[in-house]
Amino acid sequence: MDFNLTFIGQMIAFAIFVFLTMRYVWPPITQAMEERQKKIADGLSAADRAERDLQLAQEKAAADLKEAKAKAAQIIDQANRRANLIVDEAKTQARTEGERLIERAQSEIEQEMNRAREELRKAVSALVIDGAEKVLGSEVKQDAHNDLLAKLAAEL
Amino acid sequence: MASEHSLTSSEYIQHHLTHLTWGKLPAGFERADGTVLDAPTWTLATTGHEASSMGFMSVNLDTLGWSLALGLIFFVIFRMVARKVVADVPSGTQNFVETVVEFVQDNVKSMFPYQNKMVAPMALTILVWVFLMNFMDLIAIDLLPYGAQLFGEHVLGMDPHHVYFKIVPSTDPNITMGMAFFVFLLILFYSFREKGLGGFLGELSLHPFSSKNMIVQALFIPVNFILEFVNLIAKPVSLGLRLFGNMYAGEMIFILIALTYSGGLGMGVFGGFLQILWGMFHILIISLQAFIFMVLTIVYMSMAYDTGEDH
Repeated sequence: MDFNLTFIGQMIAFAIFVFLTMRYVWPPITQAMEERQKKIADGLSAADRAERDLQLAQEKAAADLKEAKAKAAQIIDQANRRANLIVDEAKTQARTEGERLIERAQSEIEQEMNRAREELRKAVSALVIDGAEKVLGSEVKQDAHNDLLAKLAAEL
Repeated sequence: MASEHSLTSSEYIQHHLTHLTWGKLPAGFERADGTVLDAPTWTLATTGHEASSMGFMSVNLDTLGWSLALGLIFFVIFRMVARKVVADVPSGTQNFVETVVEFVQDNVKSMFPYQNKMVAPMALTILVWVFLMNFMDLIAIDLLPYGAQLFGEHVLGMDPHHVYFKIVPSTDPNITMGMAFFVFLLILFYSFREKGLGGFLGELSLHPFSSKNMIVQALFIPVNFILEFVNLIAKPVSLGLRLFGNMYAGEMIFILIALTYSGGLGMGVFGGFLQILWGMFHILIISLQAFIFMVLTIVYMSMAYDTGEDH
């Protein structure tokens, strides 16, 4: 139990080692540990965020799909309706066209008929006059009997 | 124990408890070999009596040397890791060092809630250094001293019986008290710095006993001062002596167990069994004592910082 210079020596050595540790050992190691801690925390939160992002993306994809389906259905519906419309339109158009053609044909037929009738009348009146001339033996004065003839022709 | 066949048990124990001391012998001192010194001389002590005659002006080369070597081992290992420290996946030594550092950091954080850059590194130094010093106790008790004797005899030409070699620094009160006293100086320094002279003196003299009556208070002051002063002095003394006492006792038991090896086969086997048992138990003690030294240092620092609002 003799105290001697060893006591002083150890005290100085202790002070020096504490100083060296404080200066050269403690700061870099604790700094690295802190850095790693931060890194791990960041990594974990990034993983969390990624998971959340994935979930959001999935939800968005599902919503988009649903919307697209609805839109497609709407488009098909619209197309169907439009097709029906076009068909209907074509039908009415064809009908009116047909009616118009029929009308024209009818009017043409009528015109032909009138013309034929006129010609026939003319021919009949000529025949009548011819016949009458032969029967009477004289010439029916065209001018004198013109009124009569015209009346006759109108009656035919 | 080859060179110690001629020793008696008490001589063997004495030999193990004597330091390799280098110091100044006074003029007129009669040395162990009969020569008388004409002038004060710095020399190696050849006996325990010479070593103690040197008084304060001497150095225990063995314990201080081992202490420095172990401190250097601690510093080199930790510095190597600190230089190549990576924040990515650590490996090998860095894992180990970080475990120790984190352990110390946790302890400091829970016991020392103040801002100080020195306390945590000091705690780390204490923990590892004291552990290493204590660990020397687990090395076979005669191995290194015997090696030192051979070295002294054949290389330095010394009498092997005069080569003393204590390898456990913490069994030397100079070492443990040296560290404790440094802690004490820090306690004083931080107490003054944090509380001021008045605050520190107030802490020493105004409690445990206090009174609103001025006269009674004046009477209490010396009583308080005596109590608190003893309290203050007891800190470094108990800190240093606790470690010294534990390690000295452990070392002593190893020495006694080693004595059984000279008592025949039966005693030797029994001693071997005891040594293993005590060695395993001692692993606990050396770690625990290093931990206690560290914790108490942190607590004392914390008390020095504590400005005492809660008293």
